[in-house]
Amino acid sequence: MVLVLFGVLVITFLLSHVVPADPIGAILGPQAPLEMVEKIRHEWGFDRPLYEQFVDYVWRVLHGDLGKSIRTNRAVTRDLMNYFPATIELATFSTFLAIVMGIPLGIISAMKKDKIPDHFARVFAISGISIPVYWLELVMLIVFYYQLGLLPGPGRLDPYMTYPPRVTGLLLIDSLLAGRLDAFVNALQHLIIPSFVLGMFGAASIARMTRSSMLEILRKEYVRTAKAKGLRERVVIIRHILRNALIPTVTVIGVTYGGLLEGSILTETILAWNGLGQYATGSFLYLDFMAVMGVTIFIAVIYSLTNLFVDILYAYLDPRIRYG
Amino acid sequence: MSEELLTVRNLVTHFYTYRGIVKALEGVDLTVDRREVIGLVGETGSGKSVTALSIMRLIEPPGKIIGGEVIFDGRDLLKLSDEEMRRVRGKEISMIFQEPTLALNPVLTIGLQIQEAIETQDIRKEDTEKLATVMLEKVGLPDPERMFKNYPHELSGGMAQRAMIAMALSMKPKLLIADEPTSSLDVTVQAQILDLMKKLVEEIGASVLYITHNLGVAAEICDKIAVMYTGNIVEFSDVLMMFEEPLHPYTQGLLNAIPKLGHDLYTIGGEVPDLVNPPTGCRFHPRCQEALDICSKAKPQLIEVKKGHLVACHLLKY
Amino acid sequence: MGDDMFRNVKNEAQRFVDKWAEEHRYQIQDVKFTMYLWRRSRLSLVGSGIVVALIVVSLLAPHLPLYDPFELNVQNRLLPPSWEHLCGTDQLGRDILTRMINGSRISLMIGAMVVTIASLIGLVLGLVSGYFGRKIDEAIMRLTDMFFAFPRLVLAMAVAAALGPGINNTMLAIAVVSWPIYARLARAGALQVKNEIYVEAAKSIGAGHMRTLFLHILPMILHLIIVQATLDMGGVILEAAGLSFIGLGAQPPSPEWGLMVSEGRHYIHMNWWVSTLPGVAIVITALGFNLLGDGLRDIFDVRTRR
Repeated sequence: MVLVLFGVLVITFLLSHVVPADPIGAILGPQAPLEMVEKIRHEWGFDRPLYEQFVDYVWRVLHGDLGKSIRTNRAVTRDLMNYFPATIELATFSTFLAIVMGIPLGIISAMKKDKIPDHFARVFAISGISIPVYWLELVMLIVFYYQLGLLPGPGRLDPYMTYPPRVTGLLLIDSLLAGRLDAFVNALQHLIIPSFVLGMFGAASIARMTRSSMLEILRKEYVRTAKAKGLRERVVIIRHILRNALIPTVTVIGVTYGGLLEGSILTETILAWNGLGQYATGSFLYLDFMAVMGVTIFIAVIYSLTNLFVDILYAYLDPRIRYG
Repeated sequence: MSEELLTVRNLVTHFYTYRGIVKALEGVDLTVDRREVIGLVGETGSGKSVTALSIMRLIEPPGKIIGGEVIFDGRDLLKLSDEEMRRVRGKEISMIFQEPTLALNPVLTIGLQIQEAIETQDIRKEDTEKLATVMLEKVGLPDPERMFKNYPHELSGGMAQRAMIAMALSMKPKLLIADEPTSSLDVTVQAQILDLMKKLVEEIGASVLYITHNLGVAAEICDKIAVMYTGNIVEFSDVLMMFEEPLHPYTQGLLNAIPKLGHDLYTIGGEVPDLVNPPTGCRFHPRCQEALDICSKAKPQLIEVKKGHLVACHLLKY
Repeated sequence: MGDDMFRNVKNEAQRFVDKWAEEHRYQIQDVKFTMYLWRRSRLSLVGSGIVVALIVVSLLAPHLPLYDPFELNVQNRLLPPSWEHLCGTDQLGRDILTRMINGSRISLMIGAMVVTIASLIGLVLGLVSGYFGRKIDEAIMRLTDMFFAFPRLVLAMAVAAALGPGINNTMLAIAVVSWPIYARLARAGALQVKNEIYVEAAKSIGAGHMRTLFLHILPMILHLIIVQATLDMGGVILEAAGLSFIGLGAQPPSPEWGLMVSEGRHYIHMNWWVSTLPGVAIVITALGFNLLGDGLRDIFDVRTRR
């Protein structure tokens, strides 16, 4: 895994530095005098040989220094820490919804295979991978906010509302810690549309995996043995079928979490959700080298950690892997 | 209390597949008395397993039990509600299967799986654990306390089968159905398992329906043998008589097919019939050397030709 | 006299056809079975229908009675859907339906190109990796691992950002992100098949590496690749639209769907159709390919399991 992350560093670095476009020029504008562009380029160290820049960069990353963002003029690391919690809150809430919606759907779909619930679930699952996230968000905004006024619009809180003092950066927790029930409720309301939409996509892939896993398990010999022992249906379903069928689903949940990080990039801008996604989009469009690298590496690391965690969980759940 | 424990009459089970209706069982008749070991012998595809699963009412779609009676200890199992049938399984009738390592849940310890089988309202949790450990010891597994915490994939085939037997006999059922329990095991292990089964079954006074394709194995432990061909019982008698005086041409064929030194290998000609479009009349008639005209027209019934010896063949009327 | 000759030829032909049908009995049965499965899967029928319709429409686009997708008509800006403009007009007065139909050409092209490039690269690398094994395998697999460490879209965006905006760069970016899956597939297939007996047999009579690879291994995994490619089409089109949406992909005035949704989002409070309808096009297209891919997968699944 270390090798992989190193490769990630290399790829990200190459992408940002071996680039046709020139960020300094882009930021200063085409009118800027050449000497000024050169001066700033020198200041930032972009005129040194590539190899040198890379080594320097790796060294700094290992010390937690991801460089300075050209756009915000702050340390990238600080920026990331600032914007990270908003996205985490969204991703976690969405994953929770995805699990709650997806697993039951997958189970029902498998047990009533080829009947109406199954067809509905399959269409739902396919829609999940056919609908653009940002589009659905827009539609939800149009319907529930602009037309019906039922749910709040963009932003994590209503514009007039003040943020509770920042402890974790997670609004739901911070507002409770500060005793601000109004902020808590408001934050929850603002979470509904984005996390429901993101959750729906997660639910689609979770349902899919659960369904196919269930179908495979239902055919297994030991399910028949369990029934032959005269066990109650509930015991057979929970202890024998689900206990086995849900193991692969754990992997999908991990992947979903990663996918939600992606989804956040596409949706945070529309929703004025000041999280990682918005930061990333801004960095990409501005060709803010340091920030681009920082964000990409950061997301890759989270993704890898999530996968690692899921692998460990999988091993814990399946004794065949645990004891080989 | 009558001698008869299980009486199967005219059991019909079909499977509805895309190729057509597979008529797996076409009127199976079978009797098992108390404290008796009955062998159910037949080729692959003859319907032995389907019979067992039908008795246990474990047939799932696309299969369906169409008709017949399965009278167990005075009640027709086919007429019981799902809940009543569930209470019969595992407690009055138990079943063990062919590939023990596959038939056990891989994520649960074997101790737990035996415990499960024991759980009823009367017995407390601590006691079921103890009982399960005792069962492990009874089936000859070394170090039962440690074995309790093992997982199925850590066991060899023989050990896993012992665990299954422990599971099946833990509630002292009246009938044990064994579906080819030793077919996937080494020969030496086979003998051990058979001995174990014989011993334990006698101890609890149970009957056994022993399913196998191997006549030799059946002869070893069974009191009586039922020969099955393509969905029907074609001959039923006690072991000695079956080997000395087989009456049905198929049984004779099977016995002849047992390799003997110095003789050429004998095979029963023809192919196993297609269960979607089975032969008319007696299903064996296309392969039978002595088939008569009537054999292709009318299905022979299983009738008692001599005391304790039943055959389904038109030849025996003449 | 001519009648006789004609009848003779006809009989000959008939006998020839009958003989061919008899010799190829199993293949014919096979094809019939596949057609049967195809018809039975309603979803894949719907999927194929959508895809075919899409391809037809996009091919015919220049000849259809539509407006000019690029012509500015500011007096008619932001008109709601009506009989003249079935999908309304956008902020510059252009007819949305026309732009949507033209956009289908772009999307299909992007999809086809990306999938072709990615599958070719992945196929070659995967087959080589699985077939030759050891060091080469290690190296290539490490490479795919690195790519899998990123969420797909993030990497595509980074690449697209690095290369600059524009449709060509978008295609490149997405292709770069897509090939690893094909490599894995091809490798798995190669591993499985290279140990099969007939491959050993072929090698033992002196068949060269390339020959073995293509004649024996490729056909075995072809169906997997087709399924993956079809499913990928949907994904690629979504990704391309996503990149355009955030500004890294297609640039104005291109009628690319993602770009249209993005341009319209400033007007969603009053003029919902500008963003919504192009999105519907994306949904239908992706749905079509996904249904088709799913259906194909089911069909191949049953066939291999038989």
